[in-house]
Amino acid sequence: MKRVVVLDYGSGNVRSVVRMLERVGAHVELTADPEAVRRADGLYVPGVGNFHACVAGLRRADGPALIAERLAAGLPVLGVCVGFQVLFEGSTEHYATDALDGIGLWPGTVTRLTAPVVPHMGWSQVQPASGSTLFDGIEDEWFYFVHSYAALRAPGAGRAGVDRAPLVSTAEHGEVFVAAVEDGALGGTQFHPEKSGDAGATLIENWLASF
Amino acid sequence: MTSAVRVIPCLDVDAGRVVKGVNFANLRDAGDPVELAHGYENQGADELTFLDVTASSAARDTTYEVVGRTAEQVFIPLTVGGGVRTVADVDRLLRSGADKVGINTGAIARPEVIAEIADRFGAQVLVLSADVRRAADGHFEITTHGGRTAAGLEAVEWCVRAAALGAGEILLNSMDADGTKDGFDLELIRAVRREVSVPLIASGGAGAPEHFVQAVEAGADAVLAASVFHFRELTIGQVKDALRAAGHPVR
Repeated sequence: MKRVVVLDYGSGNVRSVVRMLERVGAHVELTADPEAVRRADGLYVPGVGNFHACVAGLRRADGPALIAERLAAGLPVLGVCVGFQVLFEGSTEHYATDALDGIGLWPGTVTRLTAPVVPHMGWSQVQPASGSTLFDGIEDEWFYFVHSYAALRAPGAGRAGVDRAPLVSTAEHGEVFVAAVEDGALGGTQFHPEKSGDAGATLIENWLASF
Repeated sequence: MTSAVRVIPCLDVDAGRVVKGVNFANLRDAGDPVELAHGYENQGADELTFLDVTASSAARDTTYEVVGRTAEQVFIPLTVGGGVRTVADVDRLLRSGADKVGINTGAIARPEVIAEIADRFGAQVLVLSADVRRAADGHFEITTHGGRTAAGLEAVEWCVRAAALGAGEILLNSMDADGTKDGFDLELIRAVRREVSVPLIASGGAGAPEHFVQAVEAGADAVLAASVFHFRELTIGQVKDALRAAGHPVR
């Protein structure tokens, strides 16, 4: 049984996340204990609300260093929604005193969607990257998005020390944006797998099966 | 590649039990909101809304318990409204497992609470629920007490103000159309759509599949109904078939 830690740093609808992981057979621990985070087979980083509030919470839990430690050891990390956005360099979301205060594992900034109706709230299809593991078998499914900001440009180059370019899957709401990234041990989705019904369950199963 | 039109059943919950009766086959307990939520998830509902009509605050604890059990067993988004007045009310519902919280009278009484909630949790958690009727002179007005009392607010202006304060979505409920099964108030949807850029959920008046299509064509991003689903006069699938046939994306 895969042991997954859901990082508990005061953000996110963690109850649903834990239940979804349990539904697909993971052993789940909701904690910010550094030893548990280091030990886990997989680390799930949730996040809703304001980008900068999420970054601040993550820093208080020493999240950036723990994530870096895991990646250096090749251990999987999956960021979801704002927990995905914080992996970029920064966001233009308000309260920004320093626009580039993301964790910065991927280049690029998260910016406000320009569609006529924002937030993008609801189910959208994703254009999976060729060779995607996360979307294996669910290429035409719908996923639940709730966000006003997004990474509009794909991280072209991989993280330092990762040879191949990341796999970037996209979705569209007025414009094309990054819906998911798979970059070696580091991955993330802009949508909420834990709120995406059976398709979301399959995506989480695919993630668990990848390690 | 664009977003699907969301079809949302709404359940009235009183002290942990579904009221207004629901007529479903194959349910062990038709009064249990969790069982019904499950049934709707399986039917293809895109979200669920619970309207908490519990009168006594003592019985409120059962609401949180029901929200928690639902969130643990149902994997589509859940909005909970009814009696929300403060940041603390929102916090408790979100902690219980709600994904979004509806606010109505509480925002009319103190509009600043909208900004307080949005600053703390983000605009995406907050649905402004607006109960609208046509006044004698024809303008749309906001009401309270189930449509009986005028709140002294012009409806479109109120929706614009609420969105500016931080409401992430608006549930537009026509008190005139509610229960008629004659269709949504399309003029109302158009009037709010013209001025507001957050998603709109149309509510009140659904009686036939084509009504949902009309609401979307008037500008609604999502459609909500209660009794037509509960009494199986329409299924979620029939509504989606009609939307799909009219060229609107559905999941």
